[in-house]
Amino acid sequence: MICQECKQRPATMHFTKIVNGEKTEFHLCEQCAKEHGHMFMLYGNDDFPLNNLLAGLLNFQAPMKEVTANAFPNPDLLQCETCKMTYHQFTQIGRFGCADCYRTFARYLPPILKRLHSGNTAHSGKIPKRKGGVLHLRKQLALLKQKLQELVAREEFERAAEVRDQIRSLEDELRQRGEGEM
Amino acid sequence: MSFEKFFNTAVSSWMSQEGPDSDIVLSSRIRLARNIVDFRFPTLFNSEEAKQIVALFERTFAHRSYGGAGRFELLKMSELQPIEKRVLVEKHLISPHLAEDSPFGACLLSENEEISIMINEEDHIRIQCLFPGLQLAEALEAASGLDDWIEGHVNYAFDERLGYLTSCPTNVGTGLRASVMMHLPALVLTQQINRIIPAINQLGLVVRGTYGEGSEALGNIFQISNQLTLGKSEEDIVADLHTIVQQLIAQERAARQALVKTLGIQLEDKVFRSYGILANCRVIESKEAAQCLSDVRLGIDLGYIKNIPRNILNELMILTQPGFLQQYAGGALRPEERDVRRAALIRERLKMEERRKMEGDER
Repeated sequence: MICQECKQRPATMHFTKIVNGEKTEFHLCEQCAKEHGHMFMLYGNDDFPLNNLLAGLLNFQAPMKEVTANAFPNPDLLQCETCKMTYHQFTQIGRFGCADCYRTFARYLPPILKRLHSGNTAHSGKIPKRKGGVLHLRKQLALLKQKLQELVAREEFERAAEVRDQIRSLEDELRQRGEGEM
Repeated sequence: MSFEKFFNTAVSSWMSQEGPDSDIVLSSRIRLARNIVDFRFPTLFNSEEAKQIVALFERTFAHRSYGGAGRFELLKMSELQPIEKRVLVEKHLISPHLAEDSPFGACLLSENEEISIMINEEDHIRIQCLFPGLQLAEALEAASGLDDWIEGHVNYAFDERLGYLTSCPTNVGTGLRASVMMHLPALVLTQQINRIIPAINQLGLVVRGTYGEGSEALGNIFQISNQLTLGKSEEDIVADLHTIVQQLIAQERAARQALVKTLGIQLEDKVFRSYGILANCRVIESKEAAQCLSDVRLGIDLGYIKNIPRNILNELMILTQPGFLQQYAGGALRPEERDVRRAALIRERLKMEERRKMEGDER
């Protein structure tokens, strides 16, 4: 078999790429494969090695065991109403079909997320502004409470009192706005 | 096209600037993955949804400018030639996945090529900011500001507990991938890198060489990026990566000093032999070119070579890839023709510097 790229040297490297269930085969000589590999690895998709491993990881036994323990009939039959992706499909592809999948498959996600993100299952980063001031206020409140504890521990009572007042006014604001919005 | 003209249009403006610690850090990149509510993810969406998303971004952001990055132009993958797409990949502006597997893929590209927003890749959008040298915090600030600007016009898929919802669970939370491209020839030469990579992996970061994990890096260039996107804030993720990168910089600098001391004239000889190959070769494969460029770059950093700018490695690593070689040649090339073209392009580039140097001396 000759290399499909240069059509000259014999093909010594054989790859199979599967995208959305569609299989493409590559037969390349070492030199062309290097050029390919060069492009893929150095400038490639960030998640290249991760995604390859992901489907295998999702088929891992742990979530299944947990499922039996929860006496939930068969997770494979679970289907997202919005995009029609089944849990089985998700474990095969390693990607969700839409944002609602996160809700549909919620009970199976914690062990997966823990494994992928070193035990973490909750976001503690940026919040989109449009998602309403309430989330921002809550985050700010949590930060201020932490700050208050630190100031009390350091016996900086004057500054602690200022922070306490800020916390109170934030809590008032949350009480006024939070109810209707959430 | 004359070489100078080709070269000037091929090199992005950010690429010819020097950044902090740019003797070791080639570039810093921030990528944010975002999705729009009410549309299925690219894994499952249909062509109608895909077109609507492209149209939404074209209508809202094309021809508008952001900060100092200049105006955005929308490039549709279906309207580009294969060589043009390949050139965009080689310039790190789009991913190979967008170029090859996304029929409805598009990209909003800023005038100075510092910002690219990939549309309909694995997620609806991927905001990418690329800065020279070690500027992770600056790149994060730019990406985050751009994220706010976009969010002013579209509704992102976001969950209070899980954060930004992404197609792949490896990106959920911040959707942030921060990565740094580093040139570490002394750590490779002293074999310390074999000890360092596993240690870095244990810290939740990923190190990649050119041929993948555990393999030799082409041109001694390594990419280091965060693996976790959930549970830590964007600032913490970037700060952790920054700390590790700074330690690597210190170790690389120490290893370089040790090499100068122990090898002395032999190291200088290695550098100038590689320079000799690049300046005179008529045929060169990508691997040899990358190794020689790495040696020359080290020679520039150590002060052995004075008439060539530092970023020559970044430029030539990109310019000597198949897409650029074929664009330079004006058509498709077989691999052995590429090896000849690659040699010619490198010689031209080095000659261009010599000419610049001579003109500078005359003045």
